[in-house]
Amino acid sequence: MGKNHPNVDPYVVSRVRALESLLLEQGILAPDTVDRVVARYEADTGPLAGARAVARAWLNPDYKALLLSDSHQALKAVGVESYDVLRVKENTPTVHNLVVCTLCSCYPWPVLGLPPTWYKMPAYRSRAVIEPRAVLAEFGLEIGPEREVRVWDSSAELRYMVMPQQPAGTEGMTEEQLTALIPRDALIGVAEVRAPALV
Amino acid sequence: MNGSHDVGGMHGFGPVTIDPDEPLFREPWERTVFGMIRATLPRFYNIDEFRHAIERMGNIDYLDSTYYEHWLACLEILLVEKGVVAAGELDRRARLSAAGVLTVTALAAQAAVTVSHPGGISYWREGTEPRFAVGDAVRARNLHPPGHTRLPRYARGKRGTIAAVHGVMVFPDSNAHGQGEQSQAVYSVRFESAELWGESADGRGAVYLDVWDSYLNPAGEQP
Repeated sequence: MGKNHPNVDPYVVSRVRALESLLLEQGILAPDTVDRVVARYEADTGPLAGARAVARAWLNPDYKALLLSDSHQALKAVGVESYDVLRVKENTPTVHNLVVCTLCSCYPWPVLGLPPTWYKMPAYRSRAVIEPRAVLAEFGLEIGPEREVRVWDSSAELRYMVMPQQPAGTEGMTEEQLTALIPRDALIGVAEVRAPALV
Repeated sequence: MNGSHDVGGMHGFGPVTIDPDEPLFREPWERTVFGMIRATLPRFYNIDEFRHAIERMGNIDYLDSTYYEHWLACLEILLVEKGVVAAGELDRRARLSAAGVLTVTALAAQAAVTVSHPGGISYWREGTEPRFAVGDAVRARNLHPPGHTRLPRYARGKRGTIAAVHGVMVFPDSNAHGQGEQSQAVYSVRFESAELWGESADGRGAVYLDVWDSYLNPAGEQP
């Protein structure tokens, strides 16, 4: 995860084709296997399940309590089945949460999709634990000295998602409207949710 | 192992590079590698063997390659070790492919290949009363195993507090090496930033790690 740019070295492509051919001949891969396993990620261009869960939590205190205490049950209500490893951490006026995996790139795929490249790179993974404020500043997020920064390093088979604070000015918005406001980065903890600009 | 994958707290990687418009896969081969991993994990190897294979690809290569090259290296290491493919045949076909003369024949009567959902593989296990409770003061042991471990270097020997008892999970240090699951309690442990980084901590804060029981001692004991 050191290099950022993808390798178009023909040697890499040749190795991939060689392995693919062997797995196809042995029936370990079917001709449509790759398309089928990536389809759900390629087709999933709509709002993230994680964003919907957070929007619902903002509107419904009972759902919020469930999401924070038993995400397995809470996620079923937004269409995510059999995902019993997520822990949701709530941002407050005194605490900001940030998610990382320093040892590899663990990430809550079923609620956030596949991770962005920066999440998988050593720059983010190395620095998020030792200088989270400096990293957040690079994302345009300034965390004042009065707030505590909690960094969740995903070292076991548990995954983390941040529940950002609901921005002022969004009272009265629907779940659909709120869901659309919540970017992936806010659920990792490198952004906050902003109210729509007044026209 | 004390490898180049264990980057927490390191300096020198530069600023975070953010591309808000990146595609899901940046090259077609990355997509193929993704599919091959999903079709072979956990059928031929488990998640801990997967991570450890990436750690074994070599410190220099690890830092000089991309995420999906790590996955490719893992496939090559594990599928050869598990006897699924022969190293010589893999090399031979890579040369044919490079020369543009590799012909691929999928198995004729292809049965549907079922692929496990990544969230559908559970590492939770029953049993064993946890040794620690919420609020207990602990110290991460000063362990440097040459094999797979999930205790990052930056936490070793450091004092923390049990923030939650997650339950019992498969132990990666054994499961990565064919030594069984050796399941044990996993805790959320809070390490104060000042404990981890001293004067270099960048303000009020803490790092929470998920820690297996055998990585920990009571705080009063030596690491």
